[in-house]
Amino acid sequence: MEASGHSDAAPHTGTTIVAVQYSDGVVIGADSRVSTGRYVSNRASDKLTPLSDFVWLLRSGSAADTQLVGDYVRHYAEQHAMELDREPSVHTLAKLVAQINYANKAMLVGALIVAGWDTARGGQVYGVPVGGTLVRQRWTTDGSGSTYLWGYLDSEYREGMSRAEAEELVATALALAASRDGSSGGLLRLVTVSSGGAERRLIPGDQVPPFWDELPAPGKTPPVAGEAMVEA
Amino acid sequence: MLPVPTSHSPALGPGCAGPSLAYASASTRSDIAPPSAQQPCCGSEPFMVDPSAAAGLGLRRHTDTPYVTGTSVLGITYKDGVMLAADTLGSYGSTKRYKSFERLAKVNDATVLGAGGELSDFQYIQTLLDELATEDYCADDGMQLTPREVYAYLSRVLYNRRNKFDPLWNSLVVGGLEGGVPFLGTVGMIGVHYTDKHIATGFGQMLARPLFRERHRPDMSEEEATELLHDALRVCYYRDKQTTNKFQIAKVTAEGVSVSEAFALETQWGYQAFVNPAANALGTW
Repeated sequence: MEASGHSDAAPHTGTTIVAVQYSDGVVIGADSRVSTGRYVSNRASDKLTPLSDFVWLLRSGSAADTQLVGDYVRHYAEQHAMELDREPSVHTLAKLVAQINYANKAMLVGALIVAGWDTARGGQVYGVPVGGTLVRQRWTTDGSGSTYLWGYLDSEYREGMSRAEAEELVATALALAASRDGSSGGLLRLVTVSSGGAERRLIPGDQVPPFWDELPAPGKTPPVAGEAMVEA
Repeated sequence: MLPVPTSHSPALGPGCAGPSLAYASASTRSDIAPPSAQQPCCGSEPFMVDPSAAAGLGLRRHTDTPYVTGTSVLGITYKDGVMLAADTLGSYGSTKRYKSFERLAKVNDATVLGAGGELSDFQYIQTLLDELATEDYCADDGMQLTPREVYAYLSRVLYNRRNKFDPLWNSLVVGGLEGGVPFLGTVGMIGVHYTDKHIATGFGQMLARPLFRERHRPDMSEEEATELLHDALRVCYYRDKQTTNKFQIAKVTAEGVSVSEAFALETQWGYQAFVNPAANALGTW
């Protein structure tokens, strides 16, 4: 999430992150753009961070703050797993993230999502917005690009989707956000987490589908319809 | 015979004397506006020393902060003339709002104008240049404004507006053929202006100019020039947030001015380093 359109000195993951629960787990996704003011300092960043094999953190907000929260929670998660001799539950790690956000409310700017799979409750998505609220949801989105997605996800999400449908939903949502948000873009990263573990997928920047008034990459499908050029 | 307007153009904003062509004023109409406070009888526009005295007259300041903006404009000279390039995006803050906005405009058969910054001010500038071109047309002597004249005019307009703290919030690039010789100049919102063999505005200054310095030659062929512009546009697309993969190139040669159809560029995403960059350091990018 970006404070505004004006330049900031610190790197911000002006970003789009989306997480969706489906029948057997969760599909999570993010764009790959990191910006310092207007400059794209990293066009291929990885905003999906594993907290454990089955629980993932989606990061938006201050790049430094979210990296640090992820590092702390991953450290606690490893120790917790050793003590329990089992995988940590999604809810536990989500609550840890929320507690760090809440305890340092004044200093951290992290709009986070924790999503994953565990044996107790299956696929789960938890929103952990700035301030440290914890709320379980069927799907959620955050980051500057999320403003362009509420309507789309409100109307397109279905209970009990298949894995393919959920991946399609997340990829399309990210592409729509990147199409309108200057702070989002680049390539799309998706991870599907289910009982079998986590599987990564990458959609390169020139294979992100174009939408209204955009041109596909050269050599690909025929042009999509758009508006006439605006002259004087 | 109606008087021909000669003195300060309304391009210079409120507070300048002289009638305007953009709208009918008293001196170009047969009836004359009634005199009132601050309104001279002769029909010329009010000349204000103190703009606050004009509060009741509806004079408006214009751009305090830009709303709909365009980003970089690139320009290079080559063997046959000049080429300008820009994307077709009108941004609204960080929203990519208008994706088919033409930021390169033909001024006349030898001149093309590109603009970044506030796009409503660019549309206003196009209106001013249209007025000048109409004057030329009515004079019917076969003369039209040369690129250098357009550049000089725009530099005066922008500088004078800056002096009134009411700038036209643009970075302009003027390109054309001046007596058969390629001409390229730029004018900024505070009136800074210069000419060069290659020009870049906005982020292009940081991203494209190094490429131009390394690869530009005034005797480049059209293919080399096009490839250089494509590479510069591609870098601007990768590294400037407010761009879209949809570009136009405007070309001025002895044959005239042409502004291309919008096109997209190929982009590279296949680097191995992009696949799993955090593999050895979880939580980094």
